[in-house]
Amino acid sequence: MSKLNPVAKISDLPEESKFRPGHRLCAGCGPAITAKIITLAVPEAIIVNATGCVEVGTTIYPYSAWKTPWVHVLFQNNAPVAAGIAAALEKLSAEGRARKIPVIALGGDGATFDIGLGAISGALERLDKIIYLCYDNCAYMNTGIQRSGASILGAATTTSPAGKVIPGKQENKKDLIAIVASHHIPYAATATLWLWRDMVNKIRKAVNYSEQGPAFLHVLAPCQFGWRYDPHLTVKVSRMAVETRLFPIYEIEDGQLRINYRVSKPTPVEEYLKIQRMMRHLLDPKNAETLQRLKNWIEWNWQRLENLEKAGKVF
Amino acid sequence: MMAEALARQHRIALTGNDAVAYAVKQANVDVISAYPITPQTFVVETLSRYVNDGELNAKYINVESEHSALSAVIGASLAGARTFTATASQGLAYMWEALYAASGLRLPIVMALAARALSAPINIHNDHSDFFGMRDAGWIMFNGEEAQETYDLTIMAFKIAEDPRVLLPVVVSYDGFIVSHAITNFYALNDDVVKEFLGVRTTGPKIDPDNPRSYGVLALQDSYFEFKRQQYEAMENARQVIQEVFKKYGEISGRNYRPLKEYMTSDAETCIVAMGSTVGTARHAVKNLREKGEKVGVVGILQYRPWPVKEAEQLFSRFKRIIVMEKVMSPGARAGPVYEDITATLYPNYNVKMIDFIYGLGGRDIPAQGVIDIYKRGKELADKGKTDKAYFYGVRGE
Repeated sequence: MSKLNPVAKISDLPEESKFRPGHRLCAGCGPAITAKIITLAVPEAIIVNATGCVEVGTTIYPYSAWKTPWVHVLFQNNAPVAAGIAAALEKLSAEGRARKIPVIALGGDGATFDIGLGAISGALERLDKIIYLCYDNCAYMNTGIQRSGASILGAATTTSPAGKVIPGKQENKKDLIAIVASHHIPYAATATLWLWRDMVNKIRKAVNYSEQGPAFLHVLAPCQFGWRYDPHLTVKVSRMAVETRLFPIYEIEDGQLRINYRVSKPTPVEEYLKIQRMMRHLLDPKNAETLQRLKNWIEWNWQRLENLEKAGKVF
Repeated sequence: MMAEALARQHRIALTGNDAVAYAVKQANVDVISAYPITPQTFVVETLSRYVNDGELNAKYINVESEHSALSAVIGASLAGARTFTATASQGLAYMWEALYAASGLRLPIVMALAARALSAPINIHNDHSDFFGMRDAGWIMFNGEEAQETYDLTIMAFKIAEDPRVLLPVVVSYDGFIVSHAITNFYALNDDVVKEFLGVRTTGPKIDPDNPRSYGVLALQDSYFEFKRQQYEAMENARQVIQEVFKKYGEISGRNYRPLKEYMTSDAETCIVAMGSTVGTARHAVKNLREKGEKVGVVGILQYRPWPVKEAEQLFSRFKRIIVMEKVMSPGARAGPVYEDITATLYPNYNVKMIDFIYGLGGRDIPAQGVIDIYKRGKELADKGKTDKAYFYGVRGE
């Protein structure tokens, strides 16, 4: 497979994406924008989709939105399915029986943070030659906004409602990249669709690295339906998640962490919370304690990343 | 055996597990993925040795669970590879949802199953609970009585699975420990003979970058049923294909397989039905009973799915009494699965008295005397018409 170079401007991308219109995902769907960016970033790839919104919304028989090979098997097994495809292509292409192209496992946060984590850990530890991309919309959106290991502190989901006694999820988001990087894989990064060029180039870098072993991308993909904001705000919400330091943009390459978008003057997180009904209840004075915990976590997490960056090759 | 057939093979002494691994090596599989579980583990150990010693040019994916083992071979099979996995017991149970995905995606995967009891209580020894647990998953299901059958069925499994009229996964089961760990002599085909018989995989789904398709799509009320109906037809087609492959394999090897194995059935009034290693024990018992003038025979089940309806109908309608021995229990059911398959086959024209015995769970030994006891008790119960429930053999309190 030929090496992919970074792109500088939008005209460096193909005019047409292999993720085609006509799918049934929502207007303003962050995961749909993510899917489009993937297919623009990589000329051709096999997409191995876990069960989730993108899977059910794009391939309702007899239609498919994908003009690139696409596979869905189950909820928690996209990593081993992708590993099997990559292994088969390596064997068959050496014998002239197939053509090898990149294999991208695509899964939501439910598939990645929760049910599929063991299988993903297996693929990372084996250094399977795949790219794993998690589109994180911070809850089980396909089944109707249930709490996941990726939901942020305070999130009001249908299984962690903002109740009279307990104001939403009371636990912090799982640190996925730390788990992933602890497998000593060649490349891991976060990205979000507002920073589209950063995301395209990280996907391209991940594809290049996948010749050596797994490359992992954690992409924040806002969900207007679940987070309950106006559909036209998706890119703005993505931007605010970065600028509040709630979702830091960084990469770990050869064990070295680098912050790719340095937020020196963070936007107050309240600005981010108030535009989405999933989080707005934290602004109610009676939920001040949960809000303070979230603020503390954001600051602690940012500091932690800066320390890791300075510490050298820590992964 | 004919001299020509003999020249195509060699005699070798291996355990049942190693016989399977040997067959898989000769089948030149492209991708193997498996997870260790007793009593199957030696299959995957031997295969990884073949790969690491360069005797088999395959990719071996060491997964972290059986769920991922079957998932990885599903992926590899979708990419056009010939694939193999092996498991037992809890491992098979852990694969459960992927079993249905493999058959629904119409993938010619071959799996070995060293049959073992299911928890709880935990037990590593043989019965057929795992095997029958996958009954409705849409896999072609075979049962090897000893190493020879298990080896032959493993080779034939690839041919059957990859036939374009079929394209279904195949499981080859053999009794844990009793077959998996016992070293026996058997005839193995020479490498070049297997290579010629199987070739490389050319059929079935194949991901192609130049002709991008979507696999495993969402099929709703308007299309799901048609997919499933086609899958059902594939299993029906398998009847004919299995017959053809058995015939061709017989011409090559001199070993002629049939879905149901008969022993002293031609004039038998009573038939003992068994599966797996018990079939051999039952033959020995029947030989003794025959010497005492009992008109009894044995039918061993080699092919369980597709259930050999025609063969079963012709065969089982001949007897006055059928005593079914099952190493599985189906709590709350009228009887065990094989009993129900036979009664369903004979319905509505059956005058035969049928008795069901649950025996051998968790590896409880069944010696020849046990089969003789079951025969005597079963015959008496049948003649008294006490056919209204399943009976237990060899358990305390019975």
